[in-house]
Amino acid sequence: MAQAALAPRDAAPAVFQTVRTPDLHPRPTKVKADTVKVFYGQKQALHGVTIDIPEKAVTAFIGPSGCGKSTFLRCLNRMNDTIDGCRVEGEILLDNRDIYDPSLDVVELRARVGMVFQKPNPFPKSIFENVAYGPRIHGLARSKAELEEIVVASLQKASLFNEVKDRLHEPGTGLSGGQQQRLCIARTIAVSPDVILMDEPCSALDPIATAKVEELIDELRKNFTIVIVTHSMQQAARVSQRTAFFHLGTLVEEGPTDHVFTNPSERRTQDYITGRFG
Amino acid sequence: MSETALTGPVDWTSENAVGRRRSRHAANRRLQFYGIAAISTAIGLLGLLITTLVIGGYPAFLQTKITLDFPIKAEYVDAADPAAGNYRNVVRDALLQIAPEATTPPQQRMLGQLLTNNTQFFVRDAVVANPSVIGGTLTLTVPAADPIDQLNKGLIDRTLPENQRRVNDVQLGFYDRLVEAGQVSAPFNWALFFNSDSRFPELAGLAGAITGSFYALLICFLISFPVGIAAAIYLEEFAPRNRWTYLIEVNINNLAAVPSIVFGLLGLAVFIQLFGIPRSAPLAGGMVLALMTLPTMIIVTRNALKAVPPSIREGALGVGASKHQVIMHHVLPLSLPGILTGTIIGLAQALGETAPLLLVGMNAFITSPPGGFLEASTALPTQIFIWADSPERGFTSRTSAGILVLLGFLIVMNGIAIFLRQRLERRW
Ligand SMILES: Nc1ncnc2c1ncn2[C@@H]1O[C@H](COP(=O)(O)OP(=O)(O)OP(=O)(O)O)[C@@H](O)[C@H]1O
Ligand SMILES: [Mg+2]
Repeated sequence: MAQAALAPRDAAPAVFQTVRTPDLHPRPTKVKADTVKVFYGQKQALHGVTIDIPEKAVTAFIGPSGCGKSTFLRCLNRMNDTIDGCRVEGEILLDNRDIYDPSLDVVELRARVGMVFQKPNPFPKSIFENVAYGPRIHGLARSKAELEEIVVASLQKASLFNEVKDRLHEPGTGLSGGQQQRLCIARTIAVSPDVILMDEPCSALDPIATAKVEELIDELRKNFTIVIVTHSMQQAARVSQRTAFFHLGTLVEEGPTDHVFTNPSERRTQDYITGRFG
Repeated sequence: MSETALTGPVDWTSENAVGRRRSRHAANRRLQFYGIAAISTAIGLLGLLITTLVIGGYPAFLQTKITLDFPIKAEYVDAADPAAGNYRNVVRDALLQIAPEATTPPQQRMLGQLLTNNTQFFVRDAVVANPSVIGGTLTLTVPAADPIDQLNKGLIDRTLPENQRRVNDVQLGFYDRLVEAGQVSAPFNWALFFNSDSRFPELAGLAGAITGSFYALLICFLISFPVGIAAAIYLEEFAPRNRWTYLIEVNINNLAAVPSIVFGLLGLAVFIQLFGIPRSAPLAGGMVLALMTLPTMIIVTRNALKAVPPSIREGALGVGASKHQVIMHHVLPLSLPGILTGTIIGLAQALGETAPLLLVGMNAFITSPPGGFLEASTALPTQIFIWADSPERGFTSRTSAGILVLLGFLIVMNGIAIFLRQRLERRW
């Protein structure tokens, strides 16, 4: 009954307005998206999303399943390019540069906008090789010693080093799920990206591993701009500074996390975070 | 949705419910029984095939041999030029030692038919290799002629009337004398592997065919492996999904089902008549086999590439790897075990292929192994085909033996494929 008030699924809302609440102390914008529309073949998955993602902060995307969170996240490093029939319209600026500009090299973009996936996906290689892979293909290390330095530093930043320092040359797939996910984070930060995208990074982890990753995210935001998709309201509330609520391919509301969770301006946001639909 | 759909508590013990469950269990058992019956039939037939082959073929793995003392008289063999001696007389003299009464030419001919036709050449080669025996005696073990070989293996019935068997009574007498003197033996027939084809079954072997098959398979591999992998990578990783690639895909699948003889015709028309590759050359055979194997190669490679989980590609793309790097660093190494397994199975298929090789003339009568890719040669299956067509009794068992050897190679290749799959396969 609670859903009756909502628009039927997949019906594109003709006009909608995102409710925005600015930060008290606004941060500089890192990524600026303007009316981003995404089509999978004939089907439109995003109906014009406009959002500013602040620098060195964690922005959480929440919303019911299928609302387009992953789709939007994957626009930010052009991962959607790899999907046949996927078309992106609108404009996305990273440091004021259009990432869909033909002159921009997607390889460089993905080095600057790293991604951590829902299921930990370490390469079936050694722990060392997993982390060294990115720096190696981008030529970030001039010597073997430098490469080792990068690997160790990345593992340390991903709070994994102490657990694996004795077995750097054992396969990364032999680690536990939580360790694998932190290995993937280490692999991502090894290329020193500006932005890290995380698509439900903890959904395959147990609570203890989740807590570790959340701690890590909190640590990482000092140096990186982080965008995280999550289905856990608690997680969004714990780790993020700003929260964006998506629904049916539209961005319904975005604002400071405290504000969105305690005093949402939109009825649908309220319904979702209190668990009345989703 | 509505309450009326529910009928209240279900009685799971009612006759109806019990009956339904019983018939479901019966259906399970029936299905299992059909499966077991089908597999048993298949295994039974395979067992029958192998048994027949072994029974028919094992005699060919032994060869009856006769040991004789050959007096190398200086009057027949000149020490200055041992190769040019009159070895026919040397052999005759050696045989006369066991049957001094054979003085007439017909008797001597019967005596000569105990040994393989080429005995004089064996003796000549031995003398040339060791000229010091001239004037003395050379003891040599030579293959018996095919009928004596059959007789010794018990394949000729001595009780039959003389005109119905291939060894006459006089020869039987000679043979018995040799047996009594301990001059007949039946060691393992290495000649089967080290000799090439011959008109005389007791001398015929598979060396030429094995070499020819090896060269042809090498060509087949060198062409179909890189081309197949390149085509599969393009189709799987780069090609846009449109009507053209769909058409290509359908055609590759169809090509895999084209009867192999068609590829043979193509090879004859294009490789031999147009390109001028010599007939019967392993190069032509290998190219035809490559055509035939290519669709299989493309299909198995594509499947192996598809089996690499997308998460690995995403992980690599996510740290900024280019498409080329994703393929070369991750996808290809991970799919290599699958590709190799498929390759070996494809090559095993090519090894057993006969029809296309017949069309490019790899069924010629050739008595020495090919020295290169352009020399006329046979291949294992075509050699079997030639022998199966030969009337001499000795070739019957050699046909079976040839099939066993071919099966042996196939089993080894498939064994390697299974080994590779088990050793290198990765579980996600
Ligand atoms: N590769 C694809 N091809 C076609 N449609 C897709 C594809 N990926 C996503 N979609 C569609 O786009 C819409 C948004 O999907 P998306 O994966 O972005 O949702 P999500 O918010 O991440 O959901 P979840 O929380 O379940 O991950 C869905 O309706 C989905 O069916
Ligand atoms: Mg998602």
